[in-house]
Parts: sequence; structure tokens; C-alpha cells
Amino acid sequence: MSNSITEPTPRQKWVAGILVVGYALVTILPLIWILTTGFKTPADAIAYPPKVIFEPSLEGYVNLFTTRTRQTQEFLAAHPPQTWYEEIVRKYDMVIVGPSRYGERFLNSVIIGFGSTFLSVFLGTLAAYAFSRFKVPLKDDLLFFILSTRMMPPIAVAIPIFLMFRSLGLSDTHLGMILLYTAVNISLAVWLLKGFIDEIPREYEEAALIDGYTRFQAFYKVVLPQAATGIASTAIFCLIFAWNEYAFAALLTSGTAQTAPPFIPTIIGVGGQDWPAVAAGATVFLVPVMVFTIILRKHLLRGITFGAVRK
Amino acid sequence: MAEIVIRNLRKEFGAFTAVRSSSFKIEDGEFFMLLGPSGCGKTTTLRMIAGLELPTSGEIYIDGEEVSRKPASQRDIAFVFQMFALYPHMNVRRNISYPLVSQGMSRRQVSEKVAEVARILGIEGILDRPVGGLSGGDRQRVALGRAIVRNPKAFMMDEPLGALDAEFREHMAEELRALHDRMGATTVYVTHDQLEAMQMGDKIVVMNHGVIEQFGTPQDIYSKPATMFIANFIGDPPMNFLRVRGSVEAGATSIRFHQRTMAVPEMREPFDGDMVVGVRPEHIRFSDSAEIRGQVRATEYLGTTQIVTVATENGDVKARIASGIYARTGENVGLEFDPATITLFDNQSGRALRSDLNEGVLSHV
Repeated sequence: MSNSITEPTPRQKWVAGILVVGYALVTILPLIWILTTGFKTPADAIAYPPKVIFEPSLEGYVNLFTTRTRQTQEFLAAHPPQTWYEEIVRKYDMVIVGPSRYGERFLNSVIIGFGSTFLSVFLGTLAAYAFSRFKVPLKDDLLFFILSTRMMPPIAVAIPIFLMFRSLGLSDTHLGMILLYTAVNISLAVWLLKGFIDEIPREYEEAALIDGYTRFQAFYKVVLPQAATGIASTAIFCLIFAWNEYAFAALLTSGTAQTAPPFIPTIIGVGGQDWPAVAAGATVFLVPVMVFTIILRKHLLRGITFGAVRK
Repeated sequence: MAEIVIRNLRKEFGAFTAVRSSSFKIEDGEFFMLLGPSGCGKTTTLRMIAGLELPTSGEIYIDGEEVSRKPASQRDIAFVFQMFALYPHMNVRRNISYPLVSQGMSRRQVSEKVAEVARILGIEGILDRPVGGLSGGDRQRVALGRAIVRNPKAFMMDEPLGALDAEFREHMAEELRALHDRMGATTVYVTHDQLEAMQMGDKIVVMNHGVIEQFGTPQDIYSKPATMFIANFIGDPPMNFLRVRGSVEAGATSIRFHQRTMAVPEMREPFDGDMVVGVRPEHIRFSDSAEIRGQVRATEYLGTTQIVTVATENGDVKARIASGIYARTGENVGLEFDPATITLFDNQSGRALRSDLNEGVLSHV
């Protein structure tokens, strides 16, 4: 029994624990920094030495979501603040004149990110199923071709894409960005999903075919539920790419379809450097991907076949 | 319930021919076994009958209707897979009701049918359990339930007992056969296990390398093998083969076997060349006066019988004799073959020579 798996000693457990916690701290520190900066005042944010303990303020968030102007003392005296967020900006003799562009940009990110994710996963699942189950002429060459689109950094083709989008009228449109991100993600989706679908025994579909269902019904009712794990993880990968993409967004969008990543740095402001607002923008930007991942987590953890086939 | 007729069925996968020109007929209500070693084309044949594979050529008739180009969903047959293939994301009840739902049956009728099937199979208690946690036997029953719930024209079973433990397999085989007898449904059953085939089947087709070697009742296939392949594949230990060179006339009742005379069933065809004398181990007796002699090399005690391996000048011969007979290793014994059971084969083609014994049986092929 000397070669069997042994329980680690308490010492080993401690060492492993410290290493893991240490590594986690290193990776999580920038995130904590952004999170805390969002709740600092602009003065605290640039204080030296950096303030670890500080009085939290919602100034960053108020600045993120609003547009403000400086007003005369007479105007300010005539119009006392009505809400808690108006109160906050009064410190700087300012009044809120309307919402900022952040909401729009954020919505653009949601439309483009989720739109391209849906399209990538939808097309990817159909393609992966076909590659997995049917005789496709030149199957291997096609699969390699699909993979080869990942072999160069996408930004290398930025100029041709820029020109193409301009002549097709796709520049600064939601559709253009959805198509672009889908094109980048589809290869990943096809390959990942093919792996998952290959693992699903054909017998399930064959059983459904015998049970009186059409090929499409068998795919829809039997294969898809089995592929949920793969679809969920593929969707997460696709969303993270589309959500975080900066270079193409900066190049191809400027107004109507601008996503949050190229917008957030522009919050920095004129005059003072509003780091808390930037940090708040980044923090809010993190939330959808986090929520999406947490929602799909149970699918990631669930086994595919669930033991219905004896191997 | 239906009769199934296969005519000149052929299947090629690229350059590989899985099934070449098979023809046979499965009577209504028969429990029909497709038997053969792995890779012999039996599963491909079954899948073609079910509609999961399209034949390269040939016809399949189910109940008189040619179906070889029809999709599986329109053939009204049920299939039990070796790995069961229960839908893992559904519980037992939904698995069994799934074929009915596809027909658009009303919910009340579905639940009545499922309850009835569950009673037949004795699985009422597990209907609401997920299929993941079931034992092998219960999964098997659920798979059977899914098959019988629809009252299909015929059942296809692809080694349905293959995934079960040996101990449970026996029990399940009996259950299956009892179920078949009760429902009287035409069943096509694929197996590589000759014992299973003999135990359960009304008729057996033995396949090898995509070719049907013999078609008949288990008794005929066992005692009147059409080829040396079958004689060797069926029976444990298999038939003994003794090679001899010589000739035989039609009507002869004995052959020359190494300067001795050996009685055989009356021959119906002449033959000249390398022959093989085939005799089952249980048709060999020890006899002091016998002319074929050898030395006992090993004995295998099996309870009521024992297998004695005797080294003769024509090679090892295995005899199945009562375990009460004393056989000591190294002892010199005489072997007597029961003449009525001997089959002569053409050594070159492996084909059995026609005789009184197998006349009528071979013409199937």
C-alpha cells in the first residue's frame, strides 16, 4: 500500500494553503485596488502614500453616471440640493445637468457582447454537431481552416476590416461589432463544442430517432440538453472576449455603437483626474460577466452524461 | 407484430464490406439471434433493419413493406442499445413515455401505458427516480420499458445483456425470454455469446466476415454445423477436428481414417482430398477396444462431467465424459466416436460435406 494515495501531513497542508492564499492575493490585488478606488474621493485616490483605510464615498459613482457643471454661488443658494447625489457634487460648487454617456455605452456593450455570444454559440453548436456527426467533405481541412483564423492576432487585420466596414456602412454600428466579434469567436466555439458533442454518445440520438423523432428533434431535445455544459462554458469564453475587447472597439466605434472599454478611459475628465469615476466605471463593467458566469456555474459543474451510459 | 425478410442486403463502409449479400427471413413472433464474433457485421445488419444505417444495396421487408430507405422513425420498431442509451436528463417515467410523446398521445393515455409497462417489468417503485443512480439491471428494465411501451412491430436488441454483470446476465436473459413469450413480439437480438444465443433463440443466424455461415434452430446449428467456423465457434469446448487425407463416395457409411475404418453417417456427396472429421466432445466415449488411442494429458473437472484432453497421433482431442469415470494423466485410453454425430468437412473451404446427418439443414445456406 506504500504507493497508494496518502493523506497530506498538517505541515504540507499549511504550506499548500499559504501558497494558494498568497497567489490568490497577488492576482486579486488589482481588482481590490479598482474596487476600493471607486469608493474613494479624488483626493484620497491620488494620496501618497496610498490610503488603505479611507472614508468611503460615492463620489466616483455619482460622477460616473452624471454630467455636471459649475455654478455661481447665487444659483447654488437659490437651488438647494434635492437628493443625496446632488448633495455630493455641491462640495465642488457643481450641479447635475443630466446623465452621463456611460449608461448608453454600457448598454452597447450588453447588446454587442451578448448578441455576438449568442450568435457564436448558436452557429458554433450547429457547425460542431455537423462536424461531429455527419460525413462532411474535406472535414479535417475545414476544421483546420476554422482554427487557422485564430492563428494571427485579430488586430493584425484591423486596417482591412476598418476599410471594409467603412465601405459596407458597418462602422460604428451594433451589427458590425456583433459580426466582427462573432467572426473572431466562432472558431473557438466550433472547436470547443465539437469536443463536447463528440463526447455525447450517438446512441442517445439514435434512440430518439427510433422513438419517432426527426433528426432535428433529436438534436434539439436530446443532444442540446446533454451539451449544456459545453455550451455554457463556450458562451462564457465568447462573452469574456467580446465584453473586454478594446482595440477594435476603439478603432471602429466612436458614438452610437461605442462599447464601454474605449469609453471608460475618457471618463478621466477635463481639469482634474477623476480616478474614482474611472474605477467605478471598471467595477460596474465587471458585474455582468460575473453574474453571467455565476448563473452558468451549475452547468459547468454538472457532469455531461450523468451516468446514464455505462462505459 | 411482424415478419421481417432480408434480401441480398449489403453494406460497404468505403473499401470495407461489412455485410455481403445477406438473405434470411424472420418469422412473426420469433426470437431471432444474430450471432458472430466481433466485426462480423451482425450489428450493422441489425442497424440496417432498424434504419440507423442505410444499406448499400438490398431490400428489407417489415410486414411485407419494403423499408430499406425509410427513416428509423417511420419503421415502427424499437431498439434496445447495449449501453441502454437512456436519456440522462430525464427521469425513468419520462424516458419510458418519450416514444409515446412523439406520437402525440394524450397525457392520460401516456401515464396509463407507462404504469402498465412499469407493472410488467416490476419497476413501479423507481418511476420518478433519475436514471443516473439506477443499477444495471434497473437501467436494463427501463430500456426495455421504453421499447415495449409503444407496441412496436418488432424489437431490435444490440447485445442488451453485454453491459451487465455475469451473475445478473443469466437472470436478465430469463426475464427477457419470458417477456418475449408473453408479448409474442418479433425480436432480433445481436450477441457474440453463443450460450446466450442457444439459450434464448428460436432461430440463429451465424455470421462471419460479413457472410451468413448458417441459419437455423440452435439444435441444428450445434449438432449439424455447416462450416468448420461454426463447429469451432459454437460449443465449449468446441468440436474436435481430426485431419485426414482420403476420398469418400456418395452412399458410403465409413471412411478410411489412418489405416482404420471409421463409421460415419451415410454420405450424400463424393469427395476427394483433405478432409476433417468433426466430432463434439460429448460424442466421444472411452473404450478399451477402440482403435483410436491416445494418452490422457489433462482433465478438467466440471461437476457432473469432466473434460479430458487426450493426445492422439492426430492431435489433441477433448472428450466430455461423466465425472465418475476415472481418467489419470499419462494413462493410455481408446476413443470411440458416436458415428451418427460425425460431420465431415472439406478442409480447404471449411464447408461441411452433405450426409444423412445434415441433409436438409445445409440447403438453407
